[in-house]
Amino acid sequence: MTDVLDAPTTPLGQPIKRTEDPRFITGKGRYLDDIKLQSMTHLAILRSPYAHANIRSIDTSAAKSMPGVHAVFTGADIPYNPLPMAWPAGGSAGIQNNVSTPRVLATDSVKWTGEGVAAVVADTPEQAVDALEAIVVDWEPLPAVVDAEKALQPGAPQLHENAPNNVVFEWNVGDKAGTDAAIDGAEVVVRQRIVNQRLIPNPMETRGDIGWYNPGTDEYTVWMSSQTPHIQRLLLTAFVTGIPEHKVRCISPDVGGAFGTKIFCYADMALCMFASKAIGGRPVKWVEGRRENYQSTIHGRDHITYLEIAGKRDGEVTGLRVKTIANLGGRLSTIGPGIPTTLYARVLHGCYRIPNIYAEVTGVYTNTTFVDAYRGAGRPEATYVIERAMDLFAAEIGMDRAEVRRRNFIQPDQFPYEDPSGLGTASGGAKIYVDSGNYEPAMDKALATVGYAGLPAQKEAARARGKLLGVGLSTYIEVCGVAPSKWIGAVGEGWGAAMWESANIRVHLTGKTVVTMGTQPQGQGHETTYAQVVADRLGIPMEDIVVQHSDTQGTPFGYGSYGSRTSSVGMTAAIKAADKVRDKARRYAAHMLEASPDDIEIDGAEYRVKGSPDRKKTIQEIAFALDLAFDAPEGMEPYLDETAYHDTPNCTWPFGTHIATVEIDEETGEVDLVRYVAVDDVGNEINPLIVAGQLHGGIAQGVGQALWEGAVYSDDGQLLTGSMLDYALPKASRLPSFELDKTVTPSPVNPLGVKGVGEAGAIASTAAVANAVIDALSVYGIRHLDMPYTSQTVWSAIQAAKGGQA
Amino acid sequence: MIPAAFDYQRASSLDDALSALSGGDAKVIAGGMSILPLMKLRLAQPGKLVDIGKLSELRGDGPTANGGWEIGALTTYSEALAATQLDFTRECVEGIGDVQVRNRGTVGGAISHADPASDLPALLLALDYSAVLRSSRGERTVPLDGFFKGAFETDMAPDEILVKLVRGPLPAGADGSYQKMAHPASGYSIVGLCAVVGSSGGSISHARVAITGVGHVAYRAKAVESALVGSDGSASAVASAASHATDGQDVNSDIYADRAYRSKMAEVYVRRAIDAALGR
Repeated sequence: MTDVLDAPTTPLGQPIKRTEDPRFITGKGRYLDDIKLQSMTHLAILRSPYAHANIRSIDTSAAKSMPGVHAVFTGADIPYNPLPMAWPAGGSAGIQNNVSTPRVLATDSVKWTGEGVAAVVADTPEQAVDALEAIVVDWEPLPAVVDAEKALQPGAPQLHENAPNNVVFEWNVGDKAGTDAAIDGAEVVVRQRIVNQRLIPNPMETRGDIGWYNPGTDEYTVWMSSQTPHIQRLLLTAFVTGIPEHKVRCISPDVGGAFGTKIFCYADMALCMFASKAIGGRPVKWVEGRRENYQSTIHGRDHITYLEIAGKRDGEVTGLRVKTIANLGGRLSTIGPGIPTTLYARVLHGCYRIPNIYAEVTGVYTNTTFVDAYRGAGRPEATYVIERAMDLFAAEIGMDRAEVRRRNFIQPDQFPYEDPSGLGTASGGAKIYVDSGNYEPAMDKALATVGYAGLPAQKEAARARGKLLGVGLSTYIEVCGVAPSKWIGAVGEGWGAAMWESANIRVHLTGKTVVTMGTQPQGQGHETTYAQVVADRLGIPMEDIVVQHSDTQGTPFGYGSYGSRTSSVGMTAAIKAADKVRDKARRYAAHMLEASPDDIEIDGAEYRVKGSPDRKKTIQEIAFALDLAFDAPEGMEPYLDETAYHDTPNCTWPFGTHIATVEIDEETGEVDLVRYVAVDDVGNEINPLIVAGQLHGGIAQGVGQALWEGAVYSDDGQLLTGSMLDYALPKASRLPSFELDKTVTPSPVNPLGVKGVGEAGAIASTAAVANAVIDALSVYGIRHLDMPYTSQTVWSAIQAAKGGQA
Repeated sequence: MIPAAFDYQRASSLDDALSALSGGDAKVIAGGMSILPLMKLRLAQPGKLVDIGKLSELRGDGPTANGGWEIGALTTYSEALAATQLDFTRECVEGIGDVQVRNRGTVGGAISHADPASDLPALLLALDYSAVLRSSRGERTVPLDGFFKGAFETDMAPDEILVKLVRGPLPAGADGSYQKMAHPASGYSIVGLCAVVGSSGGSISHARVAITGVGHVAYRAKAVESALVGSDGSASAVASAASHATDGQDVNSDIYADRAYRSKMAEVYVRRAIDAALGR
């Protein structure tokens, strides 16, 4: 009997294989480009070859007469508004945002190589691309600037009339006076300029859209590879096209990765809508090529930061002052300004109790692709700053890096922790605070795993082999949820919009159950995890539950999936909906069993009369009866169908310690990541297998930034890393097998005690690898080096340190 | 990433292919691993592709009667891996592309394409291979040393097809090593090189060092070879020889590896490859 009792009674928390995977890994997923509609046409976009130029004229006549061509459009043909900018930098009085966003097609000028200027609709993609070559644009090239610091210099090329000196905004947060005083009076101050280089996100599936105007109903359907179909419907209608919201349906089919790039409103979405109507209602498909993706889908990061960290020789950190210049590209993407402000500077404290913090951020226009949220979105940049700063401080005072961290950790009894400099306080006074944490056990576990105490001997042994060994710590925190609404939606702070989530649960007559939600998977396994959560709550077998999503027709409004928010916000909405179902089922069970609802106890699927265990009904029996509703009591509506909305009271705060070990070939500068240990605390796990998968992918991406990745522009604005031949993504063959471990500190702000895990790996790992490389190079007195640590970068640093010719 | 329109002809025989080529504005396709990406970028827009992939007379990879070796132009990387008896050939070919690329890409295609950073030119140069070229005008055999004229340029005429690659026997006791610093994105060589070295009577009697990724074409580092031959092959002799790795070369420079770094790495890798070939 004990065997049966010990067997798991709920799928929640079990490492269940994802129910999506059979279709994904056998080629049966249905992605945007898999959709082929009757009479569908194909759109191609002519993109600017110049980083900065005026458009004198565009001659489309030859293209229009090419075979198969239905229409050729330029910006002048399209009466839509520019794309919206939904998240200005805000938070304190007098912050001005000098906004320029892309038009559906550029009209007068272009601001980066790849900005769209004309479009062809043809019967086949080949015909559309051929016709692009027949469009003649009379360009007036202008001087370009690609570096944000140079763009601020006097005499730099100016991009926008409304943005003097190319400034998008000048923003600040924290306690300026206190921080200035702390730094002025400090025993030790370390200053360092650090660059968080521009990255190209590279989801496996590029973007794409199909626009279809139905002349019979005057309605539009837009299929899009998007993380946010509900938001796109709102933005495309209310802000871009003027088409009423209820006349547009947005559908995200299977989405093959996104990493943030598919949160946003892109010109091509509106272009496909416009084109379909313009050609009489044939569907219009646009699928982005990989090189096109590198130029026309958002990039990430691109910060230049001047940091100053102050403290005492005993290891106590007393102040952090940061000045960051954030490159936002040629025009603003949907929430570009929100990333280096709210999502970055407000979490600069990391997991440390630093009494004085002040940050200034300047957003800058340059002749580059626009920059917006990329996996972690501001938090990897913040983690990189604070984790590098801690190492710099430790090196300066000659104290062990783990010990310095230990001395400054926020202590377990100090949660909820509110940053004393006001980093968590939004403009209206709404606050976020660090909900929970217990940082030392995670760090100690990681240190023990790598044998940190034996590090000097390891280094010596490696040196004998001609290798410089280094170990780097990243004791990170993440902030998940992009919530609550009263904080993120505060006027002038977030995108002036709410950030709750939604879920609907219907238990059908047969007991089969449909869960719909407002969040939007892009490979995370939501169909599995939502089913685990609902199965646990309702006692319905997972195989009887289908999880539906991604279509504004048929799912409740939701803000989508990004910012590691689905588990903490979206699944709490599912729990609330399930609780409403349980409540109604309890009341109906009471009616069926002729008992008081208060006397009904619920055990999995069974609703029993207390003290009379034989008097019971299953949820399936209840659903059947309540669906037929022959016998429903007065005032009770038929059917088990409940919707819930959840606005979380606070963000959630995963944490952990990642430790990277690298070996550097002293003679060539080649860096080899030889070991990676991660101890993460993401609270309770819904599915440990999916948690591990998210961590593996995130860690690889973060390692990529440290060792290989980096978008490089020529001075005149050509993207030199324009394809996977030049832009180095992490490859499995160059990564060690990651060693994962955990501590579990449930979040107190949601019933599941979950925190989110989508970004943790990427947030933590870049700093861990960077700190490891610098540790390895510390034998040469090197305290800092900018990423990526290509072999030449490392070799040159070694040569310079040796005093030789680099 | 959509190529411009082109005609396609599958050749039924080598003669058929040669006559199709003589019409002009045509390019040969074998595995397609090089020409197709260029066409998709529209950097190459041939009027016609002549597919030689089915020509069995261009297959075969094995020893010759005189103790040398012969590789049919259509031999894929994977087939070459399976056939070779040289560990350093295996080291080289395993570092090219991925399994799919190695199953499609051909040895003849790589040599004809003459990418200045691809690995096979260096390997085959160090092994003293010659290219057998055929056209409707006849057949000729040219040593690979001198065959590569520039980036993506060879001694081949537009109407010629590379039929096979041949070499004589390796000197007794010679061994080699292929070493490579791969570009982290493309996998092509920043510095790639093959050293084949033999000794007799306590001194180096045979040395071939061929380098790719460094100059405008893959080249024999003859200054290294001549410094090596006759030396005692000691660590210091090898290091001294390796210092000539880029003699006479206009060394490539790009965003990943500039001229000075690439030159230094050529020296380091040449030294390591010779050491490895000597069993050190």
